[in-house]
Amino acid sequence: MSDSAAHQRDDDPEETEPPSASDADGSGDGSDPTTTGTPDADGTEPTDGTNATGATSVVSALEAAGAETAFGVQGGAIMPVYDALYSSSIRHVTMAHEQGAAHAADAYGVVAGEPGLCLATSGPGATNLVTGIADADMDSDSMLALTGQVPTEFVGNDAFQETDTVGVTRPITKHNYFAGDADSVGDVVGEAFELSRVGRPGPTLVDLPKDVTQEETDETPGPAEAPPGTDPNPEARADAVEAAARAIERADRPVCLFGGGVIKGEASDAARSFARTYEIPVTTTMPGIGSFPEDDDLCLSWAGMHGTGYANMAITHTDCLIAVGTRFDDRLTGGIDTFAPEAEVVHIDIDPAEISKNVHADYPLVGDAETVLEQLTAAIRTVPDADEWREQCLEWQETYPMTYATPDDEPLKPQFVVEAFDEATDDDTIVTTGVGQHQMWASQFWTYTEPRTWVSSHGLGTMGYGLPAAIGARVAADTMGDPDRDVICFDGDGSFLMTLQELSVAVREDLDITVAVLNNEYIGMVRQWQDAFYEGRHMASEYNWMPEFDKLAEAFGALGIRVDGYDEVAPAVEEALAYDGPAVIDFHVDPEENVLPMVPSGGANGQFALSEDQL
Amino acid sequence: MSGHTSGSTDGDEERTAGMPGPAPEDRPHPEGRRNLEGTRIDPVVEAEHDTRRAVISALVEDEPGVLARVSGLVSRRQFNIESLTVGPTTVEGHSRITMVVEETDPGIDQIEKQTAKLKPVISVGEVSGNAITSELVLLKVQGDEPDKVHAVTEMYDGTTLDADSETITVELTGDETTIDDALDAFDQFGIIEIARTGQTALAQGTVPTAPGEKPGTAGEPTTPNTN
Ligand SMILES: Cc1ncc(C[n+]2csc(CCOP(=O)(O)OP(=O)(O)O)c2C)c(N)n1
Repeated sequence: MSDSAAHQRDDDPEETEPPSASDADGSGDGSDPTTTGTPDADGTEPTDGTNATGATSVVSALEAAGAETAFGVQGGAIMPVYDALYSSSIRHVTMAHEQGAAHAADAYGVVAGEPGLCLATSGPGATNLVTGIADADMDSDSMLALTGQVPTEFVGNDAFQETDTVGVTRPITKHNYFAGDADSVGDVVGEAFELSRVGRPGPTLVDLPKDVTQEETDETPGPAEAPPGTDPNPEARADAVEAAARAIERADRPVCLFGGGVIKGEASDAARSFARTYEIPVTTTMPGIGSFPEDDDLCLSWAGMHGTGYANMAITHTDCLIAVGTRFDDRLTGGIDTFAPEAEVVHIDIDPAEISKNVHADYPLVGDAETVLEQLTAAIRTVPDADEWREQCLEWQETYPMTYATPDDEPLKPQFVVEAFDEATDDDTIVTTGVGQHQMWASQFWTYTEPRTWVSSHGLGTMGYGLPAAIGARVAADTMGDPDRDVICFDGDGSFLMTLQELSVAVREDLDITVAVLNNEYIGMVRQWQDAFYEGRHMASEYNWMPEFDKLAEAFGALGIRVDGYDEVAPAVEEALAYDGPAVIDFHVDPEENVLPMVPSGGANGQFALSEDQL
Repeated sequence: MSGHTSGSTDGDEERTAGMPGPAPEDRPHPEGRRNLEGTRIDPVVEAEHDTRRAVISALVEDEPGVLARVSGLVSRRQFNIESLTVGPTTVEGHSRITMVVEETDPGIDQIEKQTAKLKPVISVGEVSGNAITSELVLLKVQGDEPDKVHAVTEMYDGTTLDADSETITVELTGDETTIDDALDAFDQFGIIEIARTGQTALAQGTVPTAPGEKPGTAGEPTTPNTN
């Protein structure tokens, strides 16, 4: 076991070369792109771009694996890789901050269905990626992060800009790698790229010491291959499928629950035909939004903390829950004791560890969502007899409609803004969000019909996700040949402030996105919880010192519009959508509006509150 | 989202009026419940699981960081672990990690499945049947009564590794019960220091220790990754 010696170290300092005098940028002020000298003393000359090096291997491996776009920020330890990108077909989008690069890559992956790619230098570059990597990990998004590292012989010496990136990102990646030598680095990068997408997707990372990327090599990387045993069997066991089929046939009150895995597994078509063939009402999770059209009669929209009343009623009263590609997150289940308490659970998932992790699966079906839904369809002989139940579900839709009031004496309602954008745009429009109330309204009051159109931060709940995600989504749509697709970011004022420097990127790259800031001058979700659970004590949640976002947008070179009233909404939406480039609309919305319905944390889904006094 | 309409303007409405529909207490609620492990509480299915002791053996690629990956997983997911040992196997490049855990059946299942997902893990499972377990203990006691210490050491098939006028250091091996009994017996002399390796284990007879592992075939790759 060589665990303690993670990397080969040169134990004899006498043998290392003295600090490189040719280190032109060794100003030592900590802001220079490379280092103060010593950690660059790896005895290798920078590549002149002609000989194959570790770095050129990395880039050819990426090209061979099909990577088309990268998002990142330059810096000393990653410079060789950037230099190799200079003559590559891969498009690089320079971001303002590495967190933005990670979110952009993540969203790019969500929209394109291919792993997103982000790059950062060692130390602070790598640590700035961490939030974005953790976000991708929680949402099982495929993404490859490449980080520069100090030269191998300095690793462990607290060298300039050294961070144990592999150690820091170990719990938030599907797997991560420390590149050992120039000969194999291309294969490692190819493997990491493939691993991020096979089976249950997730982020991977390769840490690239500068000596490895600078060193010359004669090896050319082979085709990208996932490690053996990581690409699971798509089919569920036949006997398990038969048993589940019998359970579904005899159900009186069946409900489908489609999770993000349906979208990641490209199973939306299979899921649609499954539910329609057996006339089973459908709920989704938040990441599952778009897996099933929300304008379909069978669709009850999404369940959970701020899900619809009818979805939560259906999921509470079902006797057979057909859950596909979901990990039963607590925001979905509420208190586990009251979650679908009378349901036999059929659970389809590619990851066996998700089976019975949070909710016991009576019928576990481990396999690929599309394949297993087809297996089930072949096995089910009769449509469950559930006319009454479907009636009941329709009735709940009428009993608990998703409405909001628009009284004259109250400010503009945020829900109205979401609906206005939905009406003005096509079905293929991509929506990204920050995290908070605006995120909930964007998911509740927009009618999603297509997979990969809802791009949000679910599991980690990362404020600041929206704008860089819109950039990644825009670049993905453009790469896919859909320049006319609209990309709308619904952001909160608090969330926007966390990453708005990325507006500079949108302007520089001339990216056609619209940011709709639902500005309530609060970090509104916190304010809502303070009103409900902390006697209205607004500690650190009032943001009444907000900048004027329209002016700020103009300062960046984007279109900036301010909206205060209902009359101004439609013209502003139209102007922003017509504008060819980034636009920001600062909607001053009702600061007191609450997100409803609401199941309090750990509460029973069926007991969702419809007003604050029911909490 | 289907079914929503903009509500009409009604200035008289209370701000907290919220959305239409019966209040929580006026809705039908199902009788059923699940336990904390997410299992329906149902006379047929048992309600609560008791914890039990399990020995889990994992065959892993001996690559940098593999121990950190396994131990990080255990702590991150709050698995209740008593010991973790690691060492080489008959196959070069492979190591065996042995974990003794105290968990419910679903907990043990999770440990196995989550461990199996780690890339360097080749095979992992609970050692079936009666696992043969053993632990090595180094024990330093006061040297005032060397004869008595010697007698107890003999009784537990221990070995005296070091002795001077003040201390006696003894090596003991055995399963958990043996070690516990021995430590009780040595207690009378005054234990100064103790170092324990934690339990390691093999399956009995021809049963493979990790699932799919081929017993006794040194030098061959044991089993494909079962992820
Ligand atoms: C990075 C980060 N920090 C803190 C939080 C905790 N948090 C959750 S929602 C929220 C309020 C978000 O405010 P804003 O972006 O203005 O959106 P609003 O709720 O007002 O729509 C906060 C602070 C978070 N989710 N992410």
